[in-house]
Amino acid sequence: MVEVLQTIVAPVLLLAGCFFCFAGGVGVLRFPEFFTRMHASGVSDTLGAGLVIVALMLLSMNFNEVIKLALILAFILITSPTSSHALAKTAVRAGVLPKVAPEIASEITPEVELDKEEHSSDGGGPSKFS
Amino acid sequence: MILSIATLAILTVMGIALMRAFLGPTLPDRILAVNMFGTKTVLLICITALVTDAGFLLDVAMVYALINFIGSIGALQYFERSAENGTNE
Repeated sequence: MVEVLQTIVAPVLLLAGCFFCFAGGVGVLRFPEFFTRMHASGVSDTLGAGLVIVALMLLSMNFNEVIKLALILAFILITSPTSSHALAKTAVRAGVLPKVAPEIASEITPEVELDKEEHSSDGGGPSKFS
Repeated sequence: MILSIATLAILTVMGIALMRAFLGPTLPDRILAVNMFGTKTVLLICITALVTDAGFLLDVAMVYALINFIGSIGALQYFERSAENGTNE
């Protein structure tokens, strides 16, 4: 059972994770503007890293290492979507708008300016990542 | 063997992310690329820990994941404050 896991399942998972990482890299390099690049990075980071770490857990089979790898996986699964969200929010607030759907951009823009007025009135006190 | 293929793929993706970090036209592009580079570095450290059978490297990878997240959020907040003051770009 362990032999099958280590010789068949783990390499398949590892290669699938590497494929997703590579696809994300190509997307980050080739996509035309910021939000499509963020889609490529944010989707492939979570899935690729998750598959690679699960494959490493199967290859290791040492209790301490499996627990530590599970913790790393949990950290990545929590922090990667959070930082993607913060990145998108900061980019929209700073005026980087999507080019592919200008009608959505024109819907977003007045809201952004309204947000900026609110924040300039309160003097930028507490954190804006609510 | 399979781990060396994975190492090669991850190193390629790290090179691509660095290329985007140098090319990136806007500052969020660069922050995105550096964040992606950090995630791939965590994977590389994990693979290195398994290859060299050095368990302490997994602790290093764990701390690296947290520092990567905190650094990314800090850079974003600095960028947002300087954008509000109108001093970016």
